[in-house]
Amino acid sequence: MDATAFPYGLRVLVVDDDPTWLKILEKMLRKCSYEVTTCGLATVALDILREKKSKFDIVISDVNMPDMDGFKLLEHIGLEMDLPVIMMSIDGETSRVMKGVQHGACDYLLKPVRMKELRNIWQHVYRKKMHEVKEIEGHDSCDDLQILRNGFEGLDEKSLFMISDSDTMRKRKDVDRDHVDQESSDGTTVKKARVVWSVDLHQKFVNAVNQIGFDKVGPKKILDLMNIPGLTRENVASHLQKYRLYLSRLQKQNEERILGTAGQDFSHKGTSENLNLRSSFQEQPSNIANGYPHASQNIQTQSNMLDSQLEDTKSTVPLSVPDKKRSLVSDAADSQNVTSASTLGGVLSFRGMPVNQERKPSETMILECHAWSGGMPSKQFMQYPKHNHERCDLLGDYSCLPKPDLEHPVAPGNLYAPPPLISMSCSMEGDGRDFPDVKPALVDCTKSLSPALTCTVDSVSVRLSDSVVTSTDGDLKFSSVDGLSSIKDCCFDQTNSQGTLRPSQEPSIIGCTELASLPEDLPGYPLQGVSFESIPLSAFDFSHYNDTTMIQSGLQNNWYDDDDLEFSSEMTDYPLIDGRLFA
Amino acid sequence: MVFMQGFLDEQFNQLEELQDESSPNFVEEVVDLFFKDSSRLLTNIEQAIDKYPQDFYRLDSLVHQFKGSGSSIGALRVKNECSVFKAHCNDRSLEGCRRSFQKIKREHATLKQKLESYFQLLRQVGPREYAVCSRK
Repeated sequence: MDATAFPYGLRVLVVDDDPTWLKILEKMLRKCSYEVTTCGLATVALDILREKKSKFDIVISDVNMPDMDGFKLLEHIGLEMDLPVIMMSIDGETSRVMKGVQHGACDYLLKPVRMKELRNIWQHVYRKKMHEVKEIEGHDSCDDLQILRNGFEGLDEKSLFMISDSDTMRKRKDVDRDHVDQESSDGTTVKKARVVWSVDLHQKFVNAVNQIGFDKVGPKKILDLMNIPGLTRENVASHLQKYRLYLSRLQKQNEERILGTAGQDFSHKGTSENLNLRSSFQEQPSNIANGYPHASQNIQTQSNMLDSQLEDTKSTVPLSVPDKKRSLVSDAADSQNVTSASTLGGVLSFRGMPVNQERKPSETMILECHAWSGGMPSKQFMQYPKHNHERCDLLGDYSCLPKPDLEHPVAPGNLYAPPPLISMSCSMEGDGRDFPDVKPALVDCTKSLSPALTCTVDSVSVRLSDSVVTSTDGDLKFSSVDGLSSIKDCCFDQTNSQGTLRPSQEPSIIGCTELASLPEDLPGYPLQGVSFESIPLSAFDFSHYNDTTMIQSGLQNNWYDDDDLEFSSEMTDYPLIDGRLFA
Repeated sequence: MVFMQGFLDEQFNQLEELQDESSPNFVEEVVDLFFKDSSRLLTNIEQAIDKYPQDFYRLDSLVHQFKGSGSSIGALRVKNECSVFKAHCNDRSLEGCRRSFQKIKREHATLKQKLESYFQLLRQVGPREYAVCSRK
């Protein structure tokens, strides 16, 4: 096995609203012998990825896009597909780069992007896979893995070889795992299974967390309670981590909206009476709410259920967020009722609630749900707020981490490493918010597999669990492959209305990379010259960062040492105050 | 490409290096695409400037987009003027923005003219000479 063989045919999805850049990047990536799919809209890109997660190895996305913020896309991808994502921008400002890292980007490229930078992107794919292999090796119950495994032939040998080759990109924990590497190279190849977080699985997860109680929840406990064979603690850990990102983002949006509408109630279809929104922003000493007048408002939200009326809008019904940690456990029952009572396992989302810029607001659990009137499967994903100081999640998916403020000491063992992979079963139709207009949106999705085969998707409505993707444009029609329509699998000749001209690809182990691995990546990643290793914490002026909490948690990880954890890369939400970790 | 000096940066060279047998007109195609798209962006900016009350955040965002686009072909002067524009946005100087915008438009138009001449020249000169020509 030639371990130094270049990964030809690496399947890349490029997302950029700038058509010129899209064309250039496509050409560049082709020249690297990669397989390229381009997309001009983030929403369309998500569709494609949801359609066939295993058909891509890596995603490259611009940061500034009209239909969806690049960071949001990044989150989605990390949460749902767990693919490595590279961000691009003409803006190389440290804060932006930092934000990218926080959100899980494995790299951040500055435009104009150079060929050599693109040539190296395969490293991110391999690194991620290696990480998964190591996780498997280190986990006790790897024997129990019964989940469907995607093979990636020869990967392990290759990737192990890569470890020694890419010293600079080594994660810190690699040093500790050297012995593991040895073992796995001698022993049988462990193939990582991909965990799909179905609605049910996720619900079990939530229930487990609620049952345990926020204060005491830990990945092992959640795992035990869930009692799902093959599920690893790592799965649970990274799941949580990503949720937090979602929640905080949603919360931010919600808060923004609240502020924008000057305290107007959201009126959701049929649920307006039940909403009682008061935004709650803890004003943290280290964070300055720049120009936010409502910094000390209180968001008290009452849980609500979305019914199927909400098919066209993402209804945001904030959950009640208790002020004290203790009350969370008692509220857990309520939230459970909420979630289970909904016909679709339904979820409330905190959309549109404004957020103070620091994103350190109350922790509210946000579950998002789309109820499609057409009886389509609902889209669900849990959102977790950024861990805040005095608040914990109601439908807490994660434990209340020790607070940044001095009153709450760090409680070891509270760290968890949930690796959630949510399978987003979602119909794109009528998804009001994120996918405003799927059909016309796909216009920009072009895919050229070879000069002769250029496929332009003019208009496609995507249905996930369905096997047919129909195009409103007569030229294009996707036929189902393997029961799932796949935009990628079908090569189109402009003259053909459908077809699979290219054999399906082997499923790849994008695999169960549980973690976004943000902090873990920090030290080793020379993002455009920013090397985190040598930067002392005090060097960051946190008060200016929007995503202070996330930055802090990412960086804090370097300091926190929990025996219970297997990786150091878990994101711990320990917002710093005045640059200090803990009391 | 002496007469293009100062107008285009290294990125343009990169584009030329990307051009090959499978895409023999790559550079020109990219340039065409750029001018088509950037004209649209310019219109957006123009409309946004005249809006009242002025939303500098949005204006900055539009120019940022335009700047990013300009970076794709290495439009150096255009990019630089975008930076000036963004600085005016930051200072919330509408007058500064207006002035800067006029400059951007001029630079954009000039670049377009020059590139048109450039490609015309290449066509006249022929493919082999192009390889020599393009090495500034």
